[in-house]
Order: sequence, then C-alpha cells, then structure tokens
Amino acid sequence: MNLSLERFINQAVSSWMSAEGPDSDIVLSSRIRLARNIKQVNFPTIFSHDEAKRVIDIIKARMEKSTFDTYGDFSLLQMDDLQPLQKRVLMEKHLISPHLAENASHGACLLTENEEVSIMLNEEDHIRIQCLFPGFQLSEALEVANQIDDWLETEIDYAYDEQVGYLTSCPTNVGTGLRASVMMHLPGLVLTHQMNRIIPAINQLGLVVRGIYGEGSEALGNIFQVSNQITLGKSEEDIAEDLKSVVEQLISQERSAREALAKTSNIQLEDRVFRSYGILSNSRIIESKEAARCLSDVRLGIDMDYLQGISKNILNELMVLTQPGFLQQYAGGPLRPFERDIRRASLIRERLKMEDQELGG
Amino acid sequence: MVCQECNQRPATLHFTKIMNGEKAEFHLCEKCAQEHGDMFMINNGSGFSINNLLSGLFNIDTSYANNQAQLNKQTQVVQCEQCSMTFPQFVKVGKFGCAHCYDSFRAQLRPIIKRLHSGNWNHNGKIPTRMGGDIHLKKQIEDLKITLKELITKEEFEKAAETRDAIRQLEKEMKNHLEGGE
Repeated sequence: MNLSLERFINQAVSSWMSAEGPDSDIVLSSRIRLARNIKQVNFPTIFSHDEAKRVIDIIKARMEKSTFDTYGDFSLLQMDDLQPLQKRVLMEKHLISPHLAENASHGACLLTENEEVSIMLNEEDHIRIQCLFPGFQLSEALEVANQIDDWLETEIDYAYDEQVGYLTSCPTNVGTGLRASVMMHLPGLVLTHQMNRIIPAINQLGLVVRGIYGEGSEALGNIFQVSNQITLGKSEEDIAEDLKSVVEQLISQERSAREALAKTSNIQLEDRVFRSYGILSNSRIIESKEAARCLSDVRLGIDMDYLQGISKNILNELMVLTQPGFLQQYAGGPLRPFERDIRRASLIRERLKMEDQELGG
Repeated sequence: MVCQECNQRPATLHFTKIMNGEKAEFHLCEKCAQEHGDMFMINNGSGFSINNLLSGLFNIDTSYANNQAQLNKQTQVVQCEQCSMTFPQFVKVGKFGCAHCYDSFRAQLRPIIKRLHSGNWNHNGKIPTRMGGDIHLKKQIEDLKITLKELITKEEFEKAAETRDAIRQLEKEMKNHLEGGE
C-alpha cells in the first residue's frame, strides 16, 4: 500500500513543491509568466480552428529547428488528447490554467521533465511562458523565462508595438506581458491578525494579494499569492525587483510575528500544532478546509521546531495531492465529495506514516 | 442624486471602486445597475472574471463617449479593419481580436490602458531582437535624452556633455543603419 503511495507521490510531485530554495520556510514558490502572441495571427479571442492549428504548427516547427537545451526537451501535450482527470491534475499542479483545460481551441502545453517550465499554447494568448521555481527565486525564474522567450523569438515574429510593447489579447497584460508572483505561507501574520492591515497597503503599491486555495477572500492553508498588477511602463527587471522588495518585507514581518507568538503564546501554539498533527494522523474523514488548516499548523510547527523529523514539503505537497483531481487519480476513478473526504484522510495518514518509517529506518 | 448612467432616475446604488489605488465613485439607479450587473456579482461565485469587471469599466467609458458622441451628433462605430472587431464588441468581451486592434482603437484605448496601468502608456521593457536594431537604438536614445535632462537640471554639466556625445554617437549609428538598410 505504502509503496504504491510513494510511487504515486513521486510521479505527482513537481519540482516547485519541494521545500527547497531560498527562504523556503515562508516562500513556497516563485512564478514568472510571459504572455506573447504571434504576428499576423488573430488572437485566441476570435481565431479560427485553422489559425489555432497554425499556432501549434509554428511552435512545432520551432522545436524541430533546435532544442532549448538548458532544461532538456519539452514534451507537447495537446489538451484534446487528454482525459478530463489528467487535465485536472495538471491544473492542480498549477501547470495549466482552468481556461486551457476546459475552453481552449487546440489548447496545448509544452512541459519540461522537472515541470519547472510550462508553455501554454492557445490559452488567452497564443503563447504563455511560465517558470515555476521552488522557494524565493524570482530573478532566476525571470532569467529562464527570458531565455525561453529569446529561443522562441529567433524563429517567430511576435506581435509587438513600439509604443505599448508586447500586444496581448487582454489590455491588462500589455507591455511586458509579465506576471510575477510568489506563493507565501503566512500563518504568523494571520494568527496575529495583521493580514487585514497588510493587504490594502500592498494593493496601494500596484500589487495584488490573494489566497490561491479557497474561494473569495479566504486563504486556505494560510497560503497567499502576491503578484504585480501593472504590466506596462516598468521594465521586467523593475517589476520583479518591486515585487521582491515587498516579499522581503513580508518575510521579515512574518518572522517577527512568529517570534512574538513564540514569546507570548508558546504553549498555546505548541498545543495547536500537536492537535493539528493529531487530527491529520488520526482522522478518517477530513474536508479540504480542515486539512488545509491542519497542514498549515503542522508546517508552522516544523518551521518553529515544535515538530521534528517531518519533511517540510508536507504542506506544499499535500495541499496539491489532496485536491479533488489528484484524489480521484489516486483512487483510480471518480469519487463523490464524501468519498473524497475519506480518501483525503487516508492519503494524509499514510503520507505521515511514510515519514515515521523513514525516521525509524 | 440622479443616476450617472441614464441621467433620469434617482441613483439608489452607490459604490466606490479602487483600482491601483485610484478611487472611482459610481452612482447608479437600479435599472442601469442591473444592466451592468456584472459589476456587482462579485460574490455569486459563478462566472465572475476580471473581464466582467473590465467591461464594466469600459462600459462606463463608452456611456460617457456615447453622450459625447450624441452631443456631437456623430455616431460612427470604430471597427478593426484586420479582424472586423468593433470597439463596442471589444468593450463587451474585454479582449481584442487581433494585434491590429491596438492600432484601430488607439485613440479610445489610451485612457483605458492608462487607467489599467497607473497612468503608463509607454512600454519600457524588453524589445524583441528580431524587431531590428532600430527600435533598440531609438529606445536607447530616448532613455539617454531623459538622463540628459535630469543631469542638466541637477547641473552636472560634465556628465551631461558625455551623455550628449553618447546620444550623437547613437544617432549617427542609426543614420548609418537606415542608409545601410536601403
């Protein structure tokens, strides 16, 4: 049983889910996205099937001409060839968007082996280059995205305007076409009720903060995404730098919140961490909301040394693996919500048992 | 207060939209608000997207534009000659049909893009290398001219002279480039 879970996890886990990279106690992952369109081809908003196919052909021709060496070969996944569940899994890993999975005409994505680079084709724009790195590595991700952009551009004419830069189908992306974002685990700031004060302040700086799991304003697992709103007027490097400096601020505020908590409510915090660990290792039915809260507590417990011998990537990994798509893939078929809650509880229990065995062995 | 949309019925819905730190206030009657229902459906969960919000934003713009147009008794619809998308269609979808739309709607777009991007209307980032050296040189010259102005106001004349020489050198290069290209 455990062996199959291990294999499942090994296949399921992308590089960005590993708790590695700088400041990975707080920054879970860094992502860069560049939106590009091909000159003389209508945007996906209105393009014909033939034009959509042409986009794929142009990219295929580019790949045949020469490979992008840095990351090894890309494999091309056409959405029409995939089962709904396979698409859902790619979505839950943040490798493709819901729009590409569900609505795109001749949608496709190019993936590298380690899944750090994913290029979506025929999404809202013809080409969307995405680099998703573990930890706080925005500049590194931008560098790789730029290299891929240059590699594509040696053979492809982009839609570009001297005045407003790279032309995108939505005016919110025009200019650099760059969306830089960072996924952060901020339980200290949530527990000390500081997020409500911080979010509006960050919005003032032209950046957006939102929860990536959960709906509306709630942030399941205390995981927030901070990204730039404005794509025009600043250079790519400046956009990344501005985001970086805000993220650095957030990191230091989160660290001081954790220190303050340890001072003022040490025993309460320890109690909270161990209760959550107890729930995760014993429950038979668990909803995603409760799982997210407990996973966040356990991760905080690991970072603050209340819990030892559990790997840090448990939060990133299980937040993804306990999504409906993954649970159903692991179960090998469709599951009703209640069945998912049972399956989620058992997957988490087994995953924690794997940790124990590694400790014992 | 009268509805800012129809200018007839009393405004019963008042809301403030903050985008990039810029505040905009809206006062609408129920009927007009329903027509722009997308703007208020933020909490119903289904189908709300940035584009709904955007088209809401543009709609307000066009309603102003329409009023303006009625005043001028001009009611021509701008259309992209490349993909035939009309400006009202763009407003509805919130997305362009093709790259040429940016040229076709340039006059109308400027205020919209400036509002979306904190007042910016100039790209200051990457330039595709295939676009030819011209743009790169042009951009470099523009940047240096800005630096030159700054240096002069700061009265750093020695550096200003260096910058001026650099601009001349680049302008020469560009001239050569253009002649060579013909």
